[in-house]
Amino acid sequence: MSSLALRGIVREFGHLRVIHGVDLDVAEGEFVVFVGPSGCGKSTLLRIIAGLDQPNGGDVLIDGIRVNDRRAAERGLAMVFQSYALYPHMTVRQNLAFGLENQRLAKAEIDRRIAEAARMLQIEHLLARKPGQLSGGQRQRVAIGRTVTREPGIFLFDEPLSNLDAELRVQMRVELSALHKRLKATMIYVTHDQTEAMTMADRIVVLRGGRVEQAGSPLHLYNHPANRFVAGFIGSPRMNFLEAVAQGGSTIRVDDMPPVPLPAAAETSDGEAVTLGVRPEHLGFVAEDGLPGTVDIVEHMGGESYVYVTLANGARLTLRNPGQTALHSGEPVRIGISGAAHLFSRAEGEPAIAARRPA
Amino acid sequence: MIRFLTRRRGGARADWTDWFSWAYLALGVLVMFGPVLWLVLSSFKTQSALQEFPPSLWPMGQKQVAVPGSDRPLPVFSLPQPDGTSVERVMIRRVGLEGQFIDPADPARHVERARLANVTPVREMHFAIENYIEPLRQFNFARFLGNSLFVTIVATAITLLINAMCAFALSKYEFPGRNGIFLFIISTLMIPITVVLVPAFLIVTGLGLGNSLWGVILPPAATPTGVFLLRQYMLTIPDELMDAARMDHASEWRLFWRIILPLAAPALAVLAIFSVVWRWNDFLWPLIVLNRQENFTLQLGLAAFQGELQTQWHYLLAMTVVTLLPVTLVFAFLQKYITTGIASSGMK
Repeated sequence: MSSLALRGIVREFGHLRVIHGVDLDVAEGEFVVFVGPSGCGKSTLLRIIAGLDQPNGGDVLIDGIRVNDRRAAERGLAMVFQSYALYPHMTVRQNLAFGLENQRLAKAEIDRRIAEAARMLQIEHLLARKPGQLSGGQRQRVAIGRTVTREPGIFLFDEPLSNLDAELRVQMRVELSALHKRLKATMIYVTHDQTEAMTMADRIVVLRGGRVEQAGSPLHLYNHPANRFVAGFIGSPRMNFLEAVAQGGSTIRVDDMPPVPLPAAAETSDGEAVTLGVRPEHLGFVAEDGLPGTVDIVEHMGGESYVYVTLANGARLTLRNPGQTALHSGEPVRIGISGAAHLFSRAEGEPAIAARRPA
Repeated sequence: MIRFLTRRRGGARADWTDWFSWAYLALGVLVMFGPVLWLVLSSFKTQSALQEFPPSLWPMGQKQVAVPGSDRPLPVFSLPQPDGTSVERVMIRRVGLEGQFIDPADPARHVERARLANVTPVREMHFAIENYIEPLRQFNFARFLGNSLFVTIVATAITLLINAMCAFALSKYEFPGRNGIFLFIISTLMIPITVVLVPAFLIVTGLGLGNSLWGVILPPAATPTGVFLLRQYMLTIPDELMDAARMDHASEWRLFWRIILPLAAPALAVLAIFSVVWRWNDFLWPLIVLNRQENFTLQLGLAAFQGELQTQWHYLLAMTVVTLLPVTLVFAFLQKYITTGIASSGMK
């Protein structure tokens, strides 16, 4: 089990800078998820940590020791690749043993570790097979098993679930979380799927364009997004955004629709153009005032319903309605804020506007 | 087999396409196997049977019988009798337009005379095994065969190894000038061997490899074709596998032996086939390098049967069959390996 620290990591490909000075600390035993849209540099960052790629600037520290000049094998890490990268010409047992043989471990120790990992991941019956004879989920387990046998200081995962079908993905998600609990190991996990990030992470690091947008616990990111990008990226269905004008600190006006009262006053100046962000579950139907609109589509999930509404000014909103609803398409409705609302400045980076402290 | 051959397209009746494809395939078989078949059958003919006109496909020859009082077997002819039948008689002597014949069953009886125009030779199937035995004993064919095997096996092993190493570097490492080097190697394909023959010979003699098998093996060991073939194949091996192996504490050398080479096995098999065929059939380069007979390869040995004035066709054909056998065996063996041996990929 190791800790990791990144200090001002910069990576350039030719003249293109893809990582702009990333600083990060990962504590021992922490499960950290790097999440972001494709091309945000999360995989590059992982490869730099692994030692498969070299940063153009900055330091990688493992247990406080600078490891920039150490080869990948010497950093005490193990990685699960997106394609699993199992050696196709070797049996599962040989796949698991390859790294250990290269370290010149004793035969008995290799057998012990393989047996333990195989039992933990329930792949004992597959040891004699080749990767080509395994299903996607089984390959996934073998790839994880290969890292487990290495007993690394830090586990690295590069989008390991993206090749699995939806059902298997949910199952492997639970198993990975259980594995983390059992091994109490430091894990760094890269994904573009915010659901994986929310369900597994101790801490999420949201990346965009090679910069850390926000890092924090899943619920902290959900409840207090630092900017509009994080707010939009975390949470499913997405947060609703409306172009609006602040009126004092406590009400807001969207075009010429009736003003909407905010649940909490915010640090805005009168007449400031802002973006209003409200999660689908924090919107509700009201009898008077509120934003007028018509129902487009209702999705019945059984336990809850998603209602898609087009407002009078053409903006579209998604509402999450607990339980079942009798609403139907074309029905006129009025919408108000029933829970938390977020205001985002139009300034660069669209940061969140803090709530006004009570005077 | 029968069911496979009589398989039809669709319905119960043979379509015209069935006839057409049958005819087409039969023609193909004839064109491909005709010369080989002719070669094998002709290699069993005696020298006189080879020069017969009209030629026959089967190794037919005139029947010959050993007769007491003669140290060689004598030819058998069919003699017409006055009653319209004919009997077999051995010709013991020829006098002008007549021959003197005796009965092989009773040689002590009287001698019959008949005009040669009236008799016909008795022909029978005869396999001239001596075509094979004689050169194997008389000429140093075992030696030639050994030399050829040595050159082919060692040269193929060296070719595979250094071409694979070159292809590995060119396909999996980023270094300045990589594409330039690759293009340079490929461009040597355009230079015909005749152009570099003299300089290559001078280098080989300069190195003291003249008239040695190593002089035959080493200069053409690195082939641009092989590098190209292997590089293109290695490009398809995912880089993630190499990353995984590096994380698994594998050195670059171990990576090459344990990951890249086994995964490139299909391409290596193809190159091995090419290399074996090239080396086995190579004539010009060994002819130039080797000039002592004990170092000759099979192809050079074969050429010895083809003299300036006279060609010993019966020996040449028989030894050509012997020469063909190993390549055919290698090809049949490796072809099976290619189709069955490709490991299914563990990558999605």
